[in-house]
Amino acid sequence: MSRREDLHGRLLVAPTMVVVLAFAVLPFLAVVLFAFLDVRLVDIPRLYLDELVFTGDNLATVWGSPRFWSAATTTITYAAASSAGAVLVGLAVALALRHPFRGRGLVRALVLVPYVLPVVAATTIWKTLLNPGYGLVNAVGTEWLGWAEPIAFLTTTSREVGPFTVPVALTTVIAFEVWKTFPLAFLFITARLQVVPGDIEEAAQIDGAGKTRTFWHLLLPQLAGVMALLAVLRFLWSFQNFNDIYLLTGGAGGTEVLAVRVYSELVVRANIGTASATGLLMTGMLLAVVAVYAWMIKREQA
Amino acid sequence: MRNTEDRVLGVLRWAVIAIAVAVTAGPLLYGVLLSLRPFQSVVSEPLDLFPSPSELTFASYPTAMAEYGLGGNMWNSLQVAVATAGLAIVLSVLGAYAAVRLRFFGRDAVNVVFLGVYLLPGIVLAVPLFVLLSRIGLTGSLAGLVFVYVAQTVPVALYMLRTYLVAVPSSVEEAAMIDGCGRLALIRRVVLPMALPGVAATALYVFMIAWNEYLFALLFLVADRDRWTVSLGIAQLTEFSVPTTVLMAGSIAITVPVVAGFFLAQRLLVTGLTSGAEKG
Repeated sequence: MSRREDLHGRLLVAPTMVVVLAFAVLPFLAVVLFAFLDVRLVDIPRLYLDELVFTGDNLATVWGSPRFWSAATTTITYAAASSAGAVLVGLAVALALRHPFRGRGLVRALVLVPYVLPVVAATTIWKTLLNPGYGLVNAVGTEWLGWAEPIAFLTTTSREVGPFTVPVALTTVIAFEVWKTFPLAFLFITARLQVVPGDIEEAAQIDGAGKTRTFWHLLLPQLAGVMALLAVLRFLWSFQNFNDIYLLTGGAGGTEVLAVRVYSELVVRANIGTASATGLLMTGMLLAVVAVYAWMIKREQA
Repeated sequence: MRNTEDRVLGVLRWAVIAIAVAVTAGPLLYGVLLSLRPFQSVVSEPLDLFPSPSELTFASYPTAMAEYGLGGNMWNSLQVAVATAGLAIVLSVLGAYAAVRLRFFGRDAVNVVFLGVYLLPGIVLAVPLFVLLSRIGLTGSLAGLVFVYVAQTVPVALYMLRTYLVAVPSSVEEAAMIDGCGRLALIRRVVLPMALPGVAATALYVFMIAWNEYLFALLFLVADRDRWTVSLGIAQLTEFSVPTTVLMAGSIAITVPVVAGFFLAQRLLVTGLTSGAEKG
């Protein structure tokens, strides 16, 4: 490489690197530091680098707290269910819209609405829809479907439905997440469907294989790769999601996920140490998922 | 056999399409309709979705904008989103050009750092940023928010732009170089115009992320009502007994620019989305 090219390259990337280092990399290092310090928000104006006292108490406190583990379980359930849901719904819609029909362009555009809707607008509309007093869902349920009483979808922890106990609020936030994110899965799967060669499928159908069999044996294997990638990406993003749950339930009704715990440790309890320790453990879990995925990819290629 | 299967699948297909449209566009339509009705009528007749001509009213919009301060909040959001998009584009055009055209020491390390930032949970970064900004007194400043947004969006923007810049033929650049054009002038006069659709799509995408953002706005600005972004403003209003019609008007008002922008640039964005994807 020429020296000039080297210099120019570095100079052009430098401004980006400065911003990313200052507002993402350094803060992450600070999280690691704070996790091992005994600091609360009130201490901040008097915090100096030369008098830091290190402690393992934060991590021990968080690790030993049942609330952390229940939040971890909720987070994993939430992330797994919503990523699986988003990919499956995305697949169903992509298949339904695969062949052209009048108005397909419009339908495609409308299906993307939840994805581009500002999260605050989406949660506000959902909260109104589900409102026990005047929301459409409860009005339809009590007037037409014969519900005995309106359901408080966002605050009810669980409810007996026949022989099952349904975690109402958690199911609702998962439904919201599927609704909001399936359009992305839809886009990716549609893009993949467009490059599926059509001739093998036609040949199979001429040979008398039904559409269902063609799907299982020809189409699905080709889509499996993009679906797995999407499931992992959606899992990683839902795992760290704060906005949707905080705005819908505030963490009530059995929906307290790790991101909401970090927030409440930081803002409500003003304890930077335990907030950072929770965040650090959360990042560790994410890295574990990434590592497992990378290992699986590597094994598949080998 | 084949016929039944085809018939069932055909029905299923239209059922999926109908449900998908109802479920995705329905809530937005519901929001629009509620924002056009008086609050009393929404409470007493929740099933009358369409406002009767006599009760149709646009009053919720001025109420939301003026009385509840969402107009001012929108102005804050606009400033933040434009500044974020502008800065992120300048930085990522330079970075993406370097990543595509130049071989330089540390290029791979740069990629790893960006991927890491992309995967780090926002809520985790929020802890030290909150602490840092309280320490240096930047909480309650829109500029602090802009820098955080730029850092969060630049890796994606750079990645999106890279796919567009690869498509620009380098022979044109070499010709310009030989004619004595400097590197920055080259980017501005040759590369940028050729990649303009991609740049516009990326800018719109970053704008949308900044316009929609909630967590950092909540952490940095909540104490300072005059500086609330509009997402924060609406979320704060839901905590009080503000009529839902006003909240719907606010929600629709912040949605319109985003949805309009999206439909204008749909083709460009869809390509970008599938290549870059969003964190969120």
